[in-house]
Amino acid sequence: MTSESLIREPLITNGKTVHDVTVDVCSRVEEKPAPLWLMAVGISLSLLAIGGYTVAITLWEGIGMWGLNKTVGWAWDITNFVWWVGIGHAGTLISAVLLLFRQRWRMSINRAAEAMTIFAVICALLFPILHMGRPWLGAIWALPLPNTYGSLWVNFNSPLLWDVFAISTYFSVSLVFWYIGLIPDFATIRDRATNKISKAVYGALSFGWDGAAKTWSRYETVALVLAGLATPLVLSVHTIVSFDFATSVIPGWHTTIFPPYFVAGAIFSGFAMVLTLLIVTRKVFKLEDYITIQHLEMMNIVIIITGSIVGIAYITELFMAWYSGVEAEQYAFLNRATGPYWWAYWSMMTCNVISPQLFWFKKIRTNIAATFIISIIVNIGMWFERFVIIVTSLHRDFLPSSWAMFYPTMYDVGLYLFTFGLFFTLFFLFAKFFPVINMAEVKSIVKATGEKINK
Amino acid sequence: MSNKKKYWKGLEQLQGASHFEKHANKEFAEELPLNGNEEPSRRDFLKMMGFGVAAVSIVACETPIRKAIPYVKKPDTIDPSIPNYYASTYVSGSDVASVVVKTREGRPIKVEGNKLSPLTGGGTSSQIESSVLSLYDKERLTGAKMDGKETSWEEVDAFVTKELAAATGIVYLVSNSIASPSTLKAIGELKAKYNKVEHVAYDQLSVSGMLDANEASFGKRAVASSNFENAKTIVSFGADFLGSGPNKTLANKQFAASRKLSETKKTMSRLYAFESNLTLTGANADYRTAIKASEEGSMLLNLYNIIAAKKGGIQVNAPEVEIPENLKKAGSDLLASEGSGIVLSYTNDKNIQYLVNAINGMLGNIGSTIDVDNSINMRSGSDADMIAFVSALTSKSAAGIIFYNCNPVYDHPLGAQIEQGLANVSFTVATNDRNDETSSLVKINAPDHHYLESWNDFEVVDGHLSLSQPTISNIFSTRQAQDSFLQWAGVETTYYDYLQANWESSFFAAVDQSPYLNFQAFWDKSLHDGVLSLPSTKALSITSADTSNIVSVASSIKPSSGGLEVILYSNSSVAEGIQANNPWLQEMPDPITKACWDNYLTVAPSELEEWGVVLGDMSTNLVKLTVVGQVLMLPALPQPGQKVGTVGLALGYGRTKAGKVANGVGSNAYPLIKEKAGYFSYVIDGATVEVTSEVYQVAQTQTSQTYMGRETIIQESTLTAYQEDPQAGRHFPKIATSEGFKKPYAVSLWKGHQYANHHWGLAIDLNSCTGCGTCTIACQTENNIPVVGKQEVLNRREMHWIRIDRYYSHTEEADNLTGIAQSRKLEEAAENPEVVFQPMMCQQCNNAPCETVCPVAATTHSTEGLNQMTYNRCIGTRYCANNCPYKVRRFNWFKYHDNDKFDTNLSMNNDLGKMVLNPDVTVRARGVMEKCTFCVQRIQSGKLEAKRESRRPNDNDITTACVSSCPSDALVFGDLKDPESKVSKFLKLQSNDKGVEALEPRAYHVLEELRVMPNVWYLTKIRNRDAKEEKQSAAHS
Repeated sequence: MTSESLIREPLITNGKTVHDVTVDVCSRVEEKPAPLWLMAVGISLSLLAIGGYTVAITLWEGIGMWGLNKTVGWAWDITNFVWWVGIGHAGTLISAVLLLFRQRWRMSINRAAEAMTIFAVICALLFPILHMGRPWLGAIWALPLPNTYGSLWVNFNSPLLWDVFAISTYFSVSLVFWYIGLIPDFATIRDRATNKISKAVYGALSFGWDGAAKTWSRYETVALVLAGLATPLVLSVHTIVSFDFATSVIPGWHTTIFPPYFVAGAIFSGFAMVLTLLIVTRKVFKLEDYITIQHLEMMNIVIIITGSIVGIAYITELFMAWYSGVEAEQYAFLNRATGPYWWAYWSMMTCNVISPQLFWFKKIRTNIAATFIISIIVNIGMWFERFVIIVTSLHRDFLPSSWAMFYPTMYDVGLYLFTFGLFFTLFFLFAKFFPVINMAEVKSIVKATGEKINK
Repeated sequence: MSNKKKYWKGLEQLQGASHFEKHANKEFAEELPLNGNEEPSRRDFLKMMGFGVAAVSIVACETPIRKAIPYVKKPDTIDPSIPNYYASTYVSGSDVASVVVKTREGRPIKVEGNKLSPLTGGGTSSQIESSVLSLYDKERLTGAKMDGKETSWEEVDAFVTKELAAATGIVYLVSNSIASPSTLKAIGELKAKYNKVEHVAYDQLSVSGMLDANEASFGKRAVASSNFENAKTIVSFGADFLGSGPNKTLANKQFAASRKLSETKKTMSRLYAFESNLTLTGANADYRTAIKASEEGSMLLNLYNIIAAKKGGIQVNAPEVEIPENLKKAGSDLLASEGSGIVLSYTNDKNIQYLVNAINGMLGNIGSTIDVDNSINMRSGSDADMIAFVSALTSKSAAGIIFYNCNPVYDHPLGAQIEQGLANVSFTVATNDRNDETSSLVKINAPDHHYLESWNDFEVVDGHLSLSQPTISNIFSTRQAQDSFLQWAGVETTYYDYLQANWESSFFAAVDQSPYLNFQAFWDKSLHDGVLSLPSTKALSITSADTSNIVSVASSIKPSSGGLEVILYSNSSVAEGIQANNPWLQEMPDPITKACWDNYLTVAPSELEEWGVVLGDMSTNLVKLTVVGQVLMLPALPQPGQKVGTVGLALGYGRTKAGKVANGVGSNAYPLIKEKAGYFSYVIDGATVEVTSEVYQVAQTQTSQTYMGRETIIQESTLTAYQEDPQAGRHFPKIATSEGFKKPYAVSLWKGHQYANHHWGLAIDLNSCTGCGTCTIACQTENNIPVVGKQEVLNRREMHWIRIDRYYSHTEEADNLTGIAQSRKLEEAAENPEVVFQPMMCQQCNNAPCETVCPVAATTHSTEGLNQMTYNRCIGTRYCANNCPYKVRRFNWFKYHDNDKFDTNLSMNNDLGKMVLNPDVTVRARGVMEKCTFCVQRIQSGKLEAKRESRRPNDNDITTACVSSCPSDALVFGDLKDPESKVSKFLKLQSNDKGVEALEPRAYHVLEELRVMPNVWYLTKIRNRDAKEEKQSAAHS
């Protein structure tokens, strides 16, 4: 006889106790770095170094090192920016929105998802800065700072300025939210630490957490408040990113469907990235009992929903182009599907619309290998979506005289690799030195029956 | 000597201290720690390092030397920042044009057309506009040279006079055609002094056959002036009078004038073109027929017979060929416009030209639209003379050669023989400005001044004179060639005095002297104006052509042997290749192909497919072209309109010793030119091609050929339709609203701008624009626009602020299709397309999409309607460029100035080249956006000028560089707020609360439906085609 409810599947399997949680998570932090981890960090760092070289050359010579031209003024830079920002949506969605909806299954994945969010946003932030002609000035002048140039101010009409606000707000709120959540767990590590350095470092990181009931109460209040703050941001960030395109006059960009379509796409790609990372993490760190098939299935369902929304958006765009009767708009969509970049369009369609539909089959959505593959396919598709929107709209707009192709250079690729290097370096450091699962929260859903202890 | 006083260095010496003795002879008496005898100590090391670091850092901290030095004694006529203008005359090869040179602080920075000149009408050409940069070319010779070593002018003079005196055979003076009476007189002095000097003139684009034919027909060996302005029917047989004809600036002006339409003038000329290559002239033709160049003779013979039948002339034997409809049509049009037609061919063949003269004669065009009396002096070279010279050279009978600013080793068909022959001659002189293909082979280099440093005069057309004056003192130790000639002829005067004396005796005597106090007053006036028209301009006395030999001439016109025909042409950018080292010209896109930095075979697309050439985005295969013994590896470019069986190839490329810009760009086609019956033929038949698998990239600034049938971009109609309805061809986009369809401008979120004082606008007549591209270069000069080089053009990053979009009409099949199939077909140009040119620059939108998206407000709207760009503020997000529907914004991808990687950008990468920069315009930094400003610096200076005089600025105060350069007056700029301005009247502007509206029925905004409300209007293109075809095209739409 068990005392667990029969109605709900347990979220944490194999009868983990509260102590087990502590040990399972903390021991990863405490043990010596595994060779596999060292190798992974090594690869990430070398990516960072190779990419860093191309970034340095680009900064030194100018962004002419990229494949951009007079017609296509944005390509990989903004594609990657939107892609990373999109990926950065899942974390906050999982922790904030699901917190508000009291979805407890989020507890074992929100830490890693939030970390991913923050690292993805850091990667994303690199692009708007590096894509500028004069980043050394632009990084400052894009901010509404008081200055000595008279009444010179930023242009509040510009969606790029809205981006500055949207992303910096999102980044700071996500960071604070993530960090607040980490404090009790840092305290746990601090309390378990045997050497002085760990004690000092985690002691400092845990901000003197004392575990008192009052502290817990404040902690939960802050978490709720931040979740309330973060929720609208989840919707606003990609909405505002989509304004970069939607408020322009370029056929293929100038469309009101973009905000919801972009948000859905962002959640879609964010969840896919969370899946990719967690499937590896749970395996390597042996966290199968915390991140269960059920978690993966839940996320796969989110992917089906958002993937379908995105698919409907694609079809709506085509319909609107036809229905609008606008010549340039019609051509833009015709050109997407049949023009020189047809392969990008059909890659997008296949990866984003068709591949997630496989998750309707329970066998597939509960199969780890299939989930892993599709999660990667989805992110490839989402990269192509941004590429299609940005490059194929720009490369043939109104005046055929200016139509041109875009060809990436190794410096375009290099910067993308650089962000991968950065992202994975940060993620692996996080996985090693930070508690990858929110122990404090997970403990609240462990069904301690005493069975295991009594055995 | 007896004074034996001794001075001690100190007490130690007096006392004879031992340590003093020891060091007495050393510079430093004390023991120095830095002495090499001992082991250097750690302290020494630190001291030395300290000194070293300090010294190095002090040196490194040295502020760069600024080379701007204020005038110690300011010249009266030069005020800092106030430009001075001097009338002068451009000359390059045999090309001459009256110009006005703008100088700032004593350095010429811009060449503009001389509005007083009846010969250019104030227009310029791309070569004229670029010539100012050639002045500052570092490749120019800096002084006299003998045997490649620098020498003094005295030694040169001594050597040359000695050689001239000692020469036992003929000394040849080789030049391009010289239209300068005083220069010819100076050469005459040389001839008179040494009666063995013989002057041989040649032209890169020889019209020797025409000259000989004109001698036979009219008794005058000269190129007749064609008056395109008064012509009703112009029929050109391969004559690209707009792109490469003699005095093309005037041809453009007159032709465009004949095409202007208004309420009061609803007629225009009709142009027929029969040609193989799609030339600028063919692109402007109302009826263009692609023919093989070899068919030209039979076409002309048939045309002759058509006309002779009606005019009662002698019928000749014409080959029985299928006569194109257009030829019959041209014949009847010519007959209908007797006395106001022009039949024109530049084929260098006496017989053809004789026939052309006969046709024009029968039609009564001679003496009306074709003026033989006031002929053009620009191309007067003789092929026979050159052939004689070369045979003298090869037979070693030439005693000496003086090359006067010409480069026949490169640009003459017999260049290779001249090069070989030069080895046989010990006395060779060249006045060429650089060590080019010819002058590097001579003994004496006596470099001439650049024309902007020279005194000279020209008689471009009989009776019309143009003066040259120096606008800067010579930069290098060069000497004006005429001064050299006079010196060598022993005439003890400067060319300046000689010129004045010549003018006093020749021209002052010929004019009405009453307005002038004395010769000096006449001279000053002439120099000020730069031009002088003699009252003796002849009445049109030659009104008929001799046709006595017509039967025998006709029988000698035979179609050539066949095979693939290569038609050599001169393009509108590099032209004959004289100024090939000018990067502005190299980067100027060809008006038709839109390619730059190369020459290539233009091939009919169907033929290219047949050959199996693999075409990519700006990539093609190299083709091995073999023409009797000559092999060239050339890229093949698809060219709609090219006659199948013919290929075109531009001259002027493949320079080897012009300088770092031109060397190795393209291939030299001059050696392909073959002599045919005593004339150099630019059509070579019997060529073979072999396609290689080698991939080659040709840099083009435009690769999409058609405007996809988008009527919001190009609106065009036909003359008959226009006569019925002046709005013919207009397209009126409508926006669907809840209240039904509305005009785009009736729907807006914006309140619109209020302009208190000025509101600048531009009108562009698509009917007048011939597409020549002069504006592109004028803008480049005026606005310090960098040259980026071939690779960056391939990367599609050329920087031109004004470009000419060239669209071909799409294939007719497309009109019968729908959907995807149609859209794909619309991209294809027709086999023999109609062409439209659309100058495109910043449209200065009133609702500018670029302004709203800049995050830092670097691009804003001015109080005068300009969309202004603040370079200092720009952070380079490129959002503005993306959001520009006209794609006219240009980004500084790299640092183009002071950068070795862009060393072909001569105007920004060396101190001499930088002299050409316009000090009123910023040289843009890396990472900022730039675009057309409507020449805001000119607006500003015009406003200041007017303000000083307490009045409103008018059209004379302000005009933009493109407008002022335009040889066809296609662009009109002005203040839309001023009802008296030319642009207001031209567009019939009316102000209302939404802004200004143009009532001119032809005026439209490109992409009107976007409601960006540009300040640039375009006027519909009207083709002079018959109503029948117009109905057909109406049925299509």
